[in-house]
Amino acid sequence: MKDAYFIALGLVGNREDALDLSQEAFVRAYRNINQVKPGRGFFPWFYQILKNLCISHLRKRKHSQAGSLDVEGRPEPAASVDEFSPDAVVGKDETKNEVWKAIGKLEPKHREVIVLRHFRNMSYEQIAETLFCNKGTVTSRLYYARKRLKELLST
Amino acid sequence: MVCEDYKDQLMGYLDNELSDQQRRRFEEHLAGCSDCTAELEEFKKLKAITDEVSLVEPEERIWQEYWSGIYNRIERGIGWIMFSVAAIALSIYGGFRAIEELIKNPDAEIVLKVGLLALIAGLAILFVSVLRERLYFWKTDRYKDVRR
Repeated sequence: MKDAYFIALGLVGNREDALDLSQEAFVRAYRNINQVKPGRGFFPWFYQILKNLCISHLRKRKHSQAGSLDVEGRPEPAASVDEFSPDAVVGKDETKNEVWKAIGKLEPKHREVIVLRHFRNMSYEQIAETLFCNKGTVTSRLYYARKRLKELLST
Repeated sequence: MVCEDYKDQLMGYLDNELSDQQRRRFEEHLAGCSDCTAELEEFKKLKAITDEVSLVEPEERIWQEYWSGIYNRIERGIGWIMFSVAAIALSIYGGFRAIEELIKNPDAEIVLKVGLLALIAGLAILFVSVLRERLYFWKTDRYKDVRR
């Protein structure tokens, strides 16, 4: 429950939406529980549901903000920076807020590894299992995510 | 190996994910590579400030109401499905009975009866046509298994 909420918060940056999306993910998981493959854990499967919900939420939000009707061929959206509000972070520290906003500007594939590693303290092996990829991909994504984060913080 | 090959190990080293042997080899590389040493220092600083960011824990009340919120959504979902199925079934039954009565009614004008039958036949043709088209595309769509 807490994992779902905090992962959603890391992906969408907003507390109310994180609560709503994490609950909706459990509802969808309940309805489709028969799709969990035997021998594979519940969490990676559940994570895909949660991630897809968060990404479509960001897409809808960006779409409604842009007022565009173009729905084809869009890349996965970065979160709106306004969404990554300081009230989601403990303490009124400017550096922490800057880091939090910079995380919001990352591409979703980079943001998710940062969220899983830093906010859920998952090992590379656990992240790889969750994302259905190998450890090499996780380390590579972390490298580029952190590199991008460094660039964002230095500008 | 060139520095590019060490970038994954740089992350593993930073996050304490390397085996003892990998760690020793990477430290040997660091001893002779100022670029990787400088990059590692920058990443260490970044990791330190990122680790300081912690997310606000919602109030206890939110957690207490969390599962009941999910239960309510599931319950409402079931309610809506039952309501929709019943509404569709009753509408079809009611419509069928109304048409039956109209057709059997000797006082109803013949134009009305013919028009109604033509309307039903037209709807049936449209439905079959759309259904057939969908089935055809579904069978021949090479990308149907691709997740959108």
